[in-house]
Order: sequence, then structure tokens, then C-alpha cells
Amino acid sequence: MQLYLPIAEVSVNIFLILGLGGLVGVLSGMFGVGGGFLITPLLFFVGIPPAVAVATSTNQIVASSFSALLAHLKRRTVDLRMGTVLLIGGLIGSSLGLVLFNYLKSLGQVDLLVSLFYVVFLGIIGALMLIESLNAMRKARKPGGARKPRRNHNWVHNLPLKIKFRVSGLYISVIPPLLVGVLVGVLSAIMGVGGGFIMVPAMIYLLGMPTKVVIGTSLFQIIFVTAYTTMLHATTNYTVDIMLALLLIVGGVIGAQVGTRIGLRMKAENLRILLALLVLLVCGKLGLDLILQPSELYTLKVPGAA
Amino acid sequence: MIRLVFLLLTLATPLRAESIVLGLSQDSVSITASFDGSDILIFGAVSRTAPEPTDLGPLGVIIAVSGPDQPVSVFRKARQFGIWINADEVEVDRAPSFYAVATSAPIADILRDTEDLRHRITIPRAIRSVGATVSDSAAFTDALIRIRARNGLFQMKEGTVDLQQDTLFRTSFRLPANLLEGDYLARIFLTRGGRLIDEHSTVIPVQKVGLERWLYNLAHVQPLLYGLLSLVIAVAAGWAASAGAAALKR
Repeated sequence: MQLYLPIAEVSVNIFLILGLGGLVGVLSGMFGVGGGFLITPLLFFVGIPPAVAVATSTNQIVASSFSALLAHLKRRTVDLRMGTVLLIGGLIGSSLGLVLFNYLKSLGQVDLLVSLFYVVFLGIIGALMLIESLNAMRKARKPGGARKPRRNHNWVHNLPLKIKFRVSGLYISVIPPLLVGVLVGVLSAIMGVGGGFIMVPAMIYLLGMPTKVVIGTSLFQIIFVTAYTTMLHATTNYTVDIMLALLLIVGGVIGAQVGTRIGLRMKAENLRILLALLVLLVCGKLGLDLILQPSELYTLKVPGAA
Repeated sequence: MIRLVFLLLTLATPLRAESIVLGLSQDSVSITASFDGSDILIFGAVSRTAPEPTDLGPLGVIIAVSGPDQPVSVFRKARQFGIWINADEVEVDRAPSFYAVATSAPIADILRDTEDLRHRITIPRAIRSVGATVSDSAAFTDALIRIRARNGLFQMKEGTVDLQQDTLFRTSFRLPANLLEGDYLARIFLTRGGRLIDEHSTVIPVQKVGLERWLYNLAHVQPLLYGLLSLVIAVAAGWAASAGAAALKR
């Protein structure tokens, strides 16, 4: 069944798009990532113009994250105070990121830069998470060696402006989470994603937050940052396709509910290994695209549409 | 009296011996939500004021349909520092977003190159590129044609105009689903021995209608409202799914 999209100006198969939305929704619920780093390339692949794909996927992320957040709120696994601090950083960061993005656009080669950003960040984060989770699993398996709660007292704990984050069980300075928020904001504006795949590991390893709280809190921040990005795209580039978004959303919200349930039944280490593998898979695919000779050396760009 | 005859003669000469009478299966194309491409039938007849001048060579019919023109940047990738990046760029000043040519016989037999050049009939001629700084800019326009042809946006269909008894002709065009809105121009050329003897053109408007039209207008005229609407839908859908899942669990 075909549907013509008014903004993307292409005709798509309804069930294909619903399926894509559903798949990304499951991941969103399981890992607390928005799924932008997956949905955007997938939409390119089915023939949606890149600008529309980027803008519309941010709108879809709002819906799937909201659905997943409600599930987490019910279980009280959201640190609202931490989320707010991250959000303030995020909004500052995405505004900075947008300025940087437009500057790079004026230089050309913005596509390459986005790809490189993806490869570098996905590669580093995926590898770090995989190594850490495998180590944790090995320790947990050792007889008698039950996993100790991680209490790494590093420089993060010696900064001023300390605040109590009760849900996370932390008493740390607001400066590190604020900086994490800014970094994620910058990256999300450049890469056109929610930034969960960067924020989740940063919260676990840098701030030392418990994994269960991390996902809900990251969802909270993602909703506001992606809503802000959606509005920016809608008002400056007119590239948000509401029909495409609706299809992705219907698939996505259902998937997110499924994903949240799967996530709660799985062990935190296993969850992290899966996310690490997924991140590395996307990184590998993008990396290969840069290294291998493309079958078509030429690409077309129509000003305004792309 | 002699002057009057002379005047009548000069007025009469532009009247062609053979000219085109045209019909279309539809005057316009409406893009609805279920739009999945469209077929357009173009048919017509050759009207004659004199017996067929067969001594001037064979009759040919060429029909070209073109979509709105746009400038297009064509990038070519090259390997630098071990990765493939866009190295060269050629700006094509004007390229049609859709272009299809149908002919009644192989184009070389019914159209001279000079006529093609003047009227920009075949696909390479319909694309204009000036001031390209890259030396082999032809490769870029070739790539443009190749990529658009692969997407069904450029079609060269020789011998698909059905010409009967050198009088009646008809052909059909497939407009793909990824169609751009705008005025599509259908040009019909009548040739005799490769020389153009008559040209007729008609405009086929392609427009979004109904919900498609409304959403497109809202997005461009009221972007703030449109953005808020999409966010409201997103949040409402997220809440509905959550509530639905909770209800199912109970």
C-alpha cells in the first residue's frame, strides 16, 4: 500500500515505514537511545530526501521517547533533577552546534563531516562499552566475587557546586552533567540525532549513575532536545513531513512499549553489550562506506531540497 | 487587385501543409495521498491542407514531456586520505526534474542534429551547463542523466509513438511516484525528412490536492503552527501508546 508524502514528495510503502518505526521503537525502549542514528540512515535507504529524513526522525524520536519515558516514570527510574541539569546543557549545546553546523555547511563537505563524526563517536563509545561490559560480566561470573557497586572517586567528585541527586544516589557537582549536556547538544545538532547513544555511556561511566536510572533520565533530556530541533527544522527548512512522522510514530510507540518491557527483564550488562554491538555495527557500516569505492561516484544535489 | 493577391499569398505562406491536432487523456495530474505515479496518454492527428508530400522524406513524430527546471549540483567522489569524499563539483544551471522523449522511429532517422540543438529535444540537449570549471564536465552531465534515468525521471523511448497511416499518432508516458509539483510541458514535434515542420505544445499542471495540498501549504505558510502540530501529535501518540499498553496489562 502506497502513500504519497506531501513534504518529502515521494511515494512510500506504508508497511515498510511502519516496520522501520517499530524496529527503532523497540531499541528506543530497550536502551534509552532515541534511535536517530539508526532511523536517519534507514530513511535515506528507502529514498526519503536526507533533509526530510533528518528533520522528521527528530519528530519521531519525540513520540517514541515520550512513550518510553512514561513507562519509566511509572517505575520511578527517572532522575528529574539530573535530567533538568542535562537539558539546560543540551539546549545550550544544540544552539552552539547549529551555529557550527551552518559554518561547516558554508565550507561544503558537511556530509563527510557528519559521517566522520558518526564513525569516530560510535566507534569509541561502542568499543568502550563492549570492553567494560565484558569485564563486568567476567567479574560477576567468578565464584564468590559478587559485583561490587562501582564507587570510583575521581576528579568529578572534587568540583564545587555540589547537588544531591537522590534518585541516582549521587552527591556531585552540577558542572560535569552540565558539560555532558552541552557536548551531547553539540553532537546532536551536527549529527541530527537525539544523542542518547553518547549520553547513556557518559552518565554511566563519567557520572557513575546506575544503569536503570540512566535510561529514563536520558529519555527525559532527549524529548526536549529533539522537540527543540524539530521546531528549528520546521521553521527554517520546512522539512518536517508530518505524514512520514505519523507512520514512524505509530510503529515507534508500539515498539517502544515492547522494548521497555524487554529492557526491564534483561540484565544490565547484557543490555549494554547488545547496545555496544549495535553501535559498532552502525559504525562499521558507515566506516566501510567511506573506505570502499562506491558503485556510483557521482551524487546529485538539488539546492533547497537537500 | 494584384497587390491584394500578393498580400493574400504572403499571408497564406506561413500556413503549413502539415500540422498537429492534439488530445490528452487528462488535462492535469492531481497528487493525492494514494498517488503512485500516473500514466498520461498523448494522442493526435496530422492535419493536411494538401496531399502528403512524401518526396520530402519520411514523417516523424517526437513527443517530449518535461517537468519544472531546477539547478543541480553534481558531485564526484575521489579517494583522498584513504576515504571517498566529494572532490569535484559541477553546477548544472538548468536541468528538468523530469524528462521523457518518445519517438515514432529511431531518433537519428527523423531528427537532424541542428534541429535538436535549436529546440533542445533530446535529453542531453535539454540540460544546460555553462561555466563548468572541471575539465571533463561532460562526465558530470552524463552522470546526471544516468542517475535520473535509473530513477525513472529521464526516459528515452524510441519507437514508442504509434503512428498510423502517417496521420494518427498516440503514445503514453509513465510519470513516476517521486514527481515534483509544477507545470509539465508536453511538446509535440512533427518532422519530415529530419526537418521540423510543425511544433505544438501544451501544459499539464501537476498539483497536490486535498490533504497533501493543505499540509504542504501549512508547512510553508505557518511553519510555527505546523511544527507545534507535529509535536502535539508526537506527544499525544506517545501518551496514547503508553495508556494503551497499561490498559492491555490490566
